[in-house]
Amino acid sequence: MTLTAIIFAGILTYFTRMTMIALISRDMLGDKIKAVLEYVPSAVFPAIIFPGIFINDFGTFIEMNDPKIFGALVAVIVGYFSKNIIATISAGLVSYWFLIFVVFN
Amino acid sequence: MLTKKQLFTRGMLDISPHMLSVIPFGIICGAIGVELGFHPYLVYAMSFIIFGGASQIVFLQLLSGGASSLVAVASVGIINSRHLLYGAVLSEYLEKLSFIKKLLISYVVVDQGFAESNKFFKKNRSEEFLHYHLIGTGCTMWVCWQIATLSGIVLGSFVPQELGLKFAIPLTFIAIVVQDLKKLDHVIVMITCGLSSLLFFDAPFKSYIIISPIIALFVAALLLRLKK
Repeated sequence: MTLTAIIFAGILTYFTRMTMIALISRDMLGDKIKAVLEYVPSAVFPAIIFPGIFINDFGTFIEMNDPKIFGALVAVIVGYFSKNIIATISAGLVSYWFLIFVVFN
Repeated sequence: MLTKKQLFTRGMLDISPHMLSVIPFGIICGAIGVELGFHPYLVYAMSFIIFGGASQIVFLQLLSGGASSLVAVASVGIINSRHLLYGAVLSEYLEKLSFIKKLLISYVVVDQGFAESNKFFKKNRSEEFLHYHLIGTGCTMWVCWQIATLSGIVLGSFVPQELGLKFAIPLTFIAIVVQDLKKLDHVIVMITCGLSSLLFFDAPFKSYIIISPIIALFVAALLLRLKK
């Protein structure tokens, strides 16, 4: 029963990946649409970033002094200047851990 | 002109830093599945059949919370519908491939792989075997995801929750978009998307994940018109 649902979810997910790659040809997208598509990373990833920071496991907003906000800010600053993915992730995690394990403990 | 192997390796190298957040997240996904009371084989089957990070957790949480299979399947479809946008961007670079190759390569298109390969494609349009970069990012992600979720299933609740490792996921995406903060139009699009995602967070079937990019792309279209 659950496996059937997983298979359907898998097929559906595969279609989301395949549809545009396999069924769309270059001529179907005009220059205007292509120009807008340049913004796809900036238009999609904040929908993963913002809820990951500002909304907790129970689906409610965090307090304004939550360590995650601080960790994210550190990650933005370190990422902006270092241009290094590992440095960005580590800086965010370490500053977050510093607050929850050292400062707030 | 780079060879297929060089492009594949370049893809692997470009995505590997993201494994710092993907592997802990995969371990958590596996552990949560078992914790929610699902059979380990089912939890693992999802990594192979769905291969879609957060959507796997949502699927299991919905089912264990008493939602119908239909709701759970629909939610996975909506969460993963963002791939349609990735596909639309990538189609330009993959159009020369045969239909079969397009069908195969589609299976390994993931968020971080799309992001890194798209950056590479923009700078190296003239390469003949560009798609090998995408295969490199996708396969690296696939292998790491399988190993990580399997480890989570085996380790179970051994992974300390207090570490808050889920926080690594927003951080990995910050690393992807942070350089675009230099461009005002991109900043406006990002803020539009981020605020919309918080505003529509409670929309049914987790649809905020596709509603907010659509709103943000409309704003992008408006900005393009203003620029002219």
